[in-house]
Amino acid sequence: MKVGLFITCVNDMLYPGTGIAVTRVLERLGHTVEFPLGQTCCGQMHANSGYAELAKPIAEQYVRVFDGFDAIVAPSGSCVAMVRDQYPHLVPGSADVVARTYELSELLVDVLGVTDTGARFPHRVTYHPTCHGLRLLHLGDKPLQLLRAVRDIELVELEGAQECCGFGGTFALKNSGVSTAMLEDKCANIRRTGADLVVAADNSCLTHIGGGLSRLRAGIRALHYAEVLAA
Amino acid sequence: MTDFPAAAKVQLAKPQLRANLRHATHTIRDKRLRVVGELDDWEQLREAGRAIKADVRRRLPELLIQFEEKATAAGAVVHWARDAAEANRIVADLARAKGVDELVKVKSMATQEIGLNEALEAEGITAYETDLAELIVQLAHDTPSHILVPAIHYNRTEIRDIFVKEMHDAPAGLTDEPATLAEAARLHLRKRFLSATLGVSGANFAIADTGTLVVLESEGNGRMCLTLPETLISVVGVEKLLPSYTDLEVFLQLLPRSSTGERMNPYTTMWTGVTPGDGPSEVHIVLLDNGRANVLADPVGRQALACIRCSACLNVCPVYERTGGHAYGSVYPGPIGAILAPQLSPGEHESLPYASSLCGACYEACPVKINIPEVLIHLRQRTKHPAGERAAMGLMAWVMRNPRRYAAALRSARLGTGPLAAFVHKGPGGRRVLRRAPWPASKWTVSRDAPLPATETFREWWIRERS
Repeated sequence: MKVGLFITCVNDMLYPGTGIAVTRVLERLGHTVEFPLGQTCCGQMHANSGYAELAKPIAEQYVRVFDGFDAIVAPSGSCVAMVRDQYPHLVPGSADVVARTYELSELLVDVLGVTDTGARFPHRVTYHPTCHGLRLLHLGDKPLQLLRAVRDIELVELEGAQECCGFGGTFALKNSGVSTAMLEDKCANIRRTGADLVVAADNSCLTHIGGGLSRLRAGIRALHYAEVLAA
Repeated sequence: MTDFPAAAKVQLAKPQLRANLRHATHTIRDKRLRVVGELDDWEQLREAGRAIKADVRRRLPELLIQFEEKATAAGAVVHWARDAAEANRIVADLARAKGVDELVKVKSMATQEIGLNEALEAEGITAYETDLAELIVQLAHDTPSHILVPAIHYNRTEIRDIFVKEMHDAPAGLTDEPATLAEAARLHLRKRFLSATLGVSGANFAIADTGTLVVLESEGNGRMCLTLPETLISVVGVEKLLPSYTDLEVFLQLLPRSSTGERMNPYTTMWTGVTPGDGPSEVHIVLLDNGRANVLADPVGRQALACIRCSACLNVCPVYERTGGHAYGSVYPGPIGAILAPQLSPGEHESLPYASSLCGACYEACPVKINIPEVLIHLRQRTKHPAGERAAMGLMAWVMRNPRRYAAALRSARLGTGPLAAFVHKGPGGRRVLRRAPWPASKWTVSRDAPLPATETFREWWIRERS
């Protein structure tokens, strides 16, 4: 299958390792990954912050660039949710590209029927289901199905897992105080698991959680689960 | 004008409040999940609730006229109020005509929305709240902080102190045992019920095909106010209509489970006009618009009118849980308040649509499937943005709609962080992070380290490795 990789702007700039991991996992499974260089961003920040008119040309560009792929995969629950929930109103005629855009675990589990990516990861790991993955994309336990198939991984349950970490895009800046209060509780729950790493399906949430853990010098790393599946 | 971030800061600094709220919201949240889980047709019930409310919005004028006809035929007097001032005037004039200077009240959001108690006070009429939590708030000279549990911000010790200080007939040696506190309130209120000649209520539902009003409650105070006084006045938002009596089948299942987490509420009172020899001999209904017609005109925002005031969205909201209701500066707090208040009073609550991380917990819990995140995003489009933010967003969009400019921006972001070298530390996994940054990035670094751009972007890696 010819899969178009939508890296997302956050991953492109801050987390290239996540994109490399997605590429390796899909190639290991015998698929062809393409990275169209005309891509930039999904427009989520603009649309969700009250600038839908500025998001529109960005969204139109996405639809143009990814037209014609069998499947488009993005290692970000919130960017896929942006495409799926908002593009139909924002970009007329986008239905086809929207329907073929998947979050990584959707592509692997639902489309390709894979749970074992052949990875080995000998660490104690806890999983945070991000809000948009959980409640907008309804990923359910798909990322966990993939993680459970990883050899030598020790998965530990996270208390209050379904509660938001407090990121919320520009919410983290506009309502920094409330966001921080939410982050404190999330970090405390993560520390109680005794995990070496916290993994999730969205590097923007992980930037928030990881930034909090780093500030607390908790010695816990935040990592995209794609990098575990590629290990 | 609500400034949510500033008001939230004040509330966040109260550890007792946060502990009270956390305990209370998690208790109700867990109860709701348990009783909702008992029904295997819960999703169908939600869909039915949504559909009935959508039908009401489409047919509102005809349903209102039908309701007026039926209620009038049954002996009620129907009044129409365009706004808060008109509604308050109607109630005050009726009270004066009866020559009363005090009345008893059933808990009602509509009368809070119009500031009825304050308007009556200005005319020398005292309105006594009889719901236990409303009584606590009234005695404390405070305002409610939750739609269903107005005194959620107090714990029992604080409530005891309020009773001792403010309730003139509080028994000596009052403890903070819940049963003792409830008994003190019961004795205090009983005198009010027995002497009142005028009762004021809202309504949970108004049935168009029968002219019936419906009130759901837990304490029996509502039943007292609705049946004992000679005159009853009910202030009802026009969106409270249901087309048919049989629609209650859906809503009497949705509301108690979503609000108090009970299978059924203890008291359901229904009345249709006047029944000679049974209950009030004079029944008035004030149908209230107060901005609702404007909300109805907005194709996305109008779904907020489906709200049945259950509070499930407040109880699951991570923002509400940390700030409480007062930070919202609106009678309607929490996620529903963040979409209702700015629509009912345009221009007054512009910061509220941003008081959400868009986590979606509210939408998932809403018994009538109001897509609160969708309305929040919709309302954000029409707020006035700060000039600096608007410029920054414009610049970023200009960069992002062109791949060349975008690739160049990624490169310069890496170079641009050079001058911040003094604030760079080594984070987990050897990643270089910023501990401090100038405004506005300082709003991030106040509590989180910020990662620096990677030494090679993904597209640079791809070009190097694959092309």
